[in-house]
Amino acid sequence: MKYSFAALAAASVLAAPAQASLAEQVDAVFAASTTWFVNLIFANLPGTGVPWIVGWLVAGAVVFTLYFGFIQFRAFGHALQIVRGKYSDPKDAGEVSPFQALTAALSGTVGLGNIAGVAVAVSIGGAGATFWMILAGLLGMASKFTECTLGVKYRNEYPDGTVSGGPMYYIKKGFAERGLPLGGFMAVMFSIFCVLGSLGGGNMFQANQAASQVSSVLGVPTWITGLVLSGIVFLVIVGGIKSIARVTEKVVPFMGGGYFIVGMAILILNWDMIGWAFSEIIRGAFTDSGIVGGMVGAIIQGFRRAAFSNEAGIGSAAIAHSAVRTKEPISEGFVSLLEPFIDTVIICTMTALVIIITQQLLIDANTGMYILGENGRIANVDGVGAGVPLTSAAFGSAFGWAPYALALAVFLFAFSTMITWSYYGMKAWTYMFGEGEGKELAFKLIFCFFIFVGAVTSLDAVIDFSDAALFSMAIFNIIALYFLMPIVKRELNSYLQRLKSGQIKAYK
Amino acid sequence: MSETYLIAFDGSAASERALEFGAERAHASKARLLLAHVLEWSPYSFLSAEEVAERHKRRTEEVGRAETVILEPVRIKLIEQGLRVETVVRYGHVAEVLGDLATEYSATQIIVGRSGEKGLQARLFGSVAGTLAQAALVPCTIVP
Repeated sequence: MKYSFAALAAASVLAAPAQASLAEQVDAVFAASTTWFVNLIFANLPGTGVPWIVGWLVAGAVVFTLYFGFIQFRAFGHALQIVRGKYSDPKDAGEVSPFQALTAALSGTVGLGNIAGVAVAVSIGGAGATFWMILAGLLGMASKFTECTLGVKYRNEYPDGTVSGGPMYYIKKGFAERGLPLGGFMAVMFSIFCVLGSLGGGNMFQANQAASQVSSVLGVPTWITGLVLSGIVFLVIVGGIKSIARVTEKVVPFMGGGYFIVGMAILILNWDMIGWAFSEIIRGAFTDSGIVGGMVGAIIQGFRRAAFSNEAGIGSAAIAHSAVRTKEPISEGFVSLLEPFIDTVIICTMTALVIIITQQLLIDANTGMYILGENGRIANVDGVGAGVPLTSAAFGSAFGWAPYALALAVFLFAFSTMITWSYYGMKAWTYMFGEGEGKELAFKLIFCFFIFVGAVTSLDAVIDFSDAALFSMAIFNIIALYFLMPIVKRELNSYLQRLKSGQIKAYK
Repeated sequence: MSETYLIAFDGSAASERALEFGAERAHASKARLLLAHVLEWSPYSFLSAEEVAERHKRRTEEVGRAETVILEPVRIKLIEQGLRVETVVRYGHVAEVLGDLATEYSATQIIVGRSGEKGLQARLFGSVAGTLAQAALVPCTIVP
């Protein structure tokens, strides 16, 4: 393994003098080899401008919301109580707490999607995209509830006390239990896309945004950041240097909190404009504000970014949650439904508000319509690209130091998301190929290599591929959820009944 | 009714002194001893996805080690001396858990060691003694 890493490093150093051409070459190869896949996943529904996969996710979220009777609102208070530890048996102290399960899963979703993804959404879809993003976040809570409940119910427990779970396990076992065919096939298909998603959205998108941010703020070439990131991740996931991971696990939550506080500070400083911002959001959500595709364009961008940010219906969080030992799968589902709320409804909305309120997006004073730049994107004040630079400019317009803090935050968020997704990808990989050191090492080396690829390739190719790979997981996951949701309903009714009768009791 | 002394024991020199002190008194008063080993644990700390997956395994290992390596040899020694001894391993905020255990086992006294200001663990244990001195619901003896 040392040899492979050294070879990777050597190749990059040799290529350094000709970095532009290397980046271009990597980009060209990357775009050429992934375009067909992206086109397939994002093909529009016949006769409309809506990608079928976005409709697929939203339809799923709507079905689960209705089927479980708006469970995201009914169980919201109870979910908060579970996370606060009200229902935790003190005898189980030392096991993973609901709070830890929530934050571990959040570390895979809160991050670049909230900073870069939102900026992409509003720079294509305008302020109105925010409305649809919030709606998708609220609906997505029901998808998350369904998948995480199943993740716990059908996980594998091994004699040494470790557990493996996730969609591939509930698809296989759940289908077998209900006497449905093709469970094994669908589980493998899910795993394939999970591996691709972990290399795409969980890896290359992160590396790309981190590298471009570090390059624009500090002037460090992207290939150096790519090399450093892949080196550190290599040390953690292959070298088993947990101390680095442990440091990030401590730092990232504070980064998240700090990001939220700085964002809130900007909103509070501009409190008089919050009403205007919301009226812009509502206006853009239901009328043509001059963006490409009009109102439908706003819907697509909002839904797309919400899904990419909170991953509801994708199945990834089910892998993290299924590792938690709990007697009640439903309580884990309740905890997980808070994730889209925190991730999308709170943090993404805050980012969008900061961009809107600091007036980064140019509006034609005469028509009230957005002014479009190249690529169908709305022109912005500083003429920066979509993604992190736009958020960075928005924060920078309020606090001069913010872009530097944001560059650090992006780097750390990217790192922690990569670590979490390397675990997701690994679980899908071992589901297909079996557990074993050699097989796990192979995946980890591929993972580290793709960090470098992601860092040097262009934003468009990477973002499209990572979207496509992640959304593909949802194809099989949501089909499975439709077939397995009666099982969740049975569990839910039993749980609610026992909660009411006092059989499930509060300890505090 | 016979007395129960709750002794915080983690194998450190300070906890050895507390144990010695408690055992002497127990011989005299025919008290029962409850040896408690509490592992510091917060349900609000952050774990990575991989740590979540391995947590139960780690916990089982930690409890096993606490029981067999730290508590069991001492328990056998004390029983040979003719004392009645029970052991318990718990997770949580050390001082809080000791206070709760005192209530749960109807302990009449808590005995903890104080090791001064040497090293991180000593500091931690020192603050345990301080917290107990202020918050314990039963008499608390701090052994220097």
